[in-house]
Amino acid sequence: MTATPLLEARGIRKRFGAVEALRGASFSVNAGEVVALMGDNGAGKSTLVKTICGVHAPDEGEILFRGRSIAGLTPSQIHGLGIETVYQDLALAPDLDTAANLFLGREELARGVLGRLGVLAKRRMADRTREVLAELKVNIKDPAAPVATLSGGQQQSVAVARAVTWADQLVLMDEPTAALGVPQTRAVLDLIRQVRDSGRGVVLISHSLPDVMAVSDRIEVLRLGRRVARLVTRDTNEQQVVAAMTGAFTSEDAA
Amino acid sequence: MTTTGTTTEAPAGSPVRGRGRRLLLGSATDITAILLVIVVIFGALNPGAFLTSANLINVLINASLLIVMAAGATFVLVAGGVDLSVGSVLVFSGVIAGKVMVAMGPHGWAASIAGIAVSLFAGALWGAINGIVITKLRVPPLIATLGSFGAAQGLAQIVADGNDLKDIPNELIDTLGVGRLLGLPWLVIVALLVALAGGGVLAFTRYGRRTYAIGSNLEAARRAGINVDRHLISVYALAGLLSGLAGIMSYAEFGSTTLSGHSTDNLAVIAAVVIGGTSLFGGIGTMWGTLVGTMIPAVLANGLVIVGLNSFWRDFTVGVVLVVAVYLDQLRRRSRTKR
Repeated sequence: MTATPLLEARGIRKRFGAVEALRGASFSVNAGEVVALMGDNGAGKSTLVKTICGVHAPDEGEILFRGRSIAGLTPSQIHGLGIETVYQDLALAPDLDTAANLFLGREELARGVLGRLGVLAKRRMADRTREVLAELKVNIKDPAAPVATLSGGQQQSVAVARAVTWADQLVLMDEPTAALGVPQTRAVLDLIRQVRDSGRGVVLISHSLPDVMAVSDRIEVLRLGRRVARLVTRDTNEQQVVAAMTGAFTSEDAA
Repeated sequence: MTTTGTTTEAPAGSPVRGRGRRLLLGSATDITAILLVIVVIFGALNPGAFLTSANLINVLINASLLIVMAAGATFVLVAGGVDLSVGSVLVFSGVIAGKVMVAMGPHGWAASIAGIAVSLFAGALWGAINGIVITKLRVPPLIATLGSFGAAQGLAQIVADGNDLKDIPNELIDTLGVGRLLGLPWLVIVALLVALAGGGVLAFTRYGRRTYAIGSNLEAARRAGINVDRHLISVYALAGLLSGLAGIMSYAEFGSTTLSGHSTDNLAVIAAVVIGGTSLFGGIGTMWGTLVGTMIPAVLANGLVIVGLNSFWRDFTVGVVLVVAVYLDQLRRRSRTKR
C-alpha cells in the first residue's frame, strides 16, 4: 500500500478565533481500507473530517484526493468527487420516507415532458431504494413510512445507505454508532465492511474501541490537533491505542 | 477503558399506538370527515336552501380569495415558515394595480391585463422581500412578515391617499369579478385551478419535495446540497404572488380596494391551512387538507345563517376546530419522537 493514498491530508491547521483546533494534522486513507480516526474529546477529529468534506476550509496545509488538491472546495464539489459524509446528528428529513431521504437533493425526474415540468420519478426512486437496501442488507419494514417512525438503528442505516449510495470513492463517518444499541451497531459495522470490500475507502470516527478494533484496518490517533500515532489494527491492542490518545505513547513516523 | 461493550440494548421503539388513534391522526382524512358531517347536518336541517347549487357556489365564491391565499400559505407552512403579511399584500397589490389601471384607462382590456400583471408582480415582490429578509437577514418569519404586514398596509394607504379606489375596468368586473363560465364563477374557477396546480406541484414535483424536506429538517436539506435560501425565497415569493392574485380578484369582485377589509386574513388563512392538517412546524401538509380547512369556516358561516343561528357561532366553532387540529398534530409528533 505504498501507492498514492486515496486521500491524504498534510499539515492541516485550522483556527476558530482563539482556539487552534488543528495544529498541523495529517491523515491518510487508501482505497479498500477502513481507517479509524481516534482521539480524546477536542483532539480535532470532527474538525478534520469537516475540513476534508468541505464544510471548513483549512487555514494551512494540503488535502490531496488521488494526488489532486481539493482543499477549499465546497461541500457539493466534494460530493461531486464521490465523497460523502455521515454526520453524528443524522442529517435526515424525519417527515419524508426512506426513498425521499435516500434521494434528498438528488431527486430523479420523470422522463419526457413531465420531467421537464419537475415531476418526480417516484416509482423509479422507490425501486432503486429497495435495491440499495437489499444490497446493503438493511431491513426497513415499510420504506414508504416517514423515517421518523423507524428505530434509531434503522434511521442510521438509512443515513449510511444514502452516503454509500452516492459515494463511489470515500465515505466519512462521524460517530455513526454513537446512539445505537448492540445489534444496530453490528449492522452498521457490517455495512462498513461491505463498503470497504467494494473497494471504497472509509474513514470512521468513533469513541468505541471495541468497534474500532473490530472493523478497522488501521488506526490514526489525533491528540491536540496533531497526529500522534499510526497503528495497524491487527498489530496493536487497546492499551496501545489508549496510550496514544492520552499522550503516553507517540509513534515515531506519525507526524 | 476496560468496558467490554454495552450490554443494554436500546429499545427498538414501539410505544403503543392504537388503531383508532392512528386513524384519527391521518393528516387530512379526519378533517374531511368533519366537513362532510357539517354539510350533512346543514343539508338535513334545511335541504331546500342549503343544498342548492346556487348556494354551494355562493359558499365557494366567498371562500375563493382565502383558497388562493391559503394555497400559497400551505407552501410556506410546509417549508417551516409562516406568512402574516397576506392580507396587507392583497390590499397593496390591489391599490397599485388600481393606480396603473386608472392611468391606462380606466377601462379596456389593455388596462385590465396590465392590472392583473401589476397586481401579481407587486405581490410577488413583497413575497420575495419577505423571503430575503428571512433567509439573508435571518429575521424570524413571524417578525419579518409581521413587519411587512404593517408596511404593506401603510404603503397601500399612502398610495391610495387613505381612500378606497373604485375605478376598475368594466371588462375586469364582467369577467373575473362577476362573470361565469359554464355556470361557474370565474372567481371559483381561478381559486380551484390555483389549488389544483399548487397541490400537484406540492405532491409530485421536485420543488414540492424540497419544500417538505426544508420544513422537515433545514440543515439536512442544506447538507444534501439543496440551495435552501433560494428555495425559501421562492416559496415566499409564490405566497406573495398568490396574495397579489387575490388582490386583483378582490378588486374585481367588490369594485373597491377594500383597504380596511383584510386585516385578519392572515389569521383566517393560517387557521384554514392548519385545520387542514398542515403542521405549524413544517414538513407535513397537503393542498387537499387546505381546501377542506378553508371550506369549513365558509360552510359554517353560510349554513348557520340558513338554519337561523347567529353566524358568530362560526368564529366559536372555527376556533375550537383549530385548536383540536393542532392538538392532533402535537399528538402525532409526540408519538413519533418517543421512538
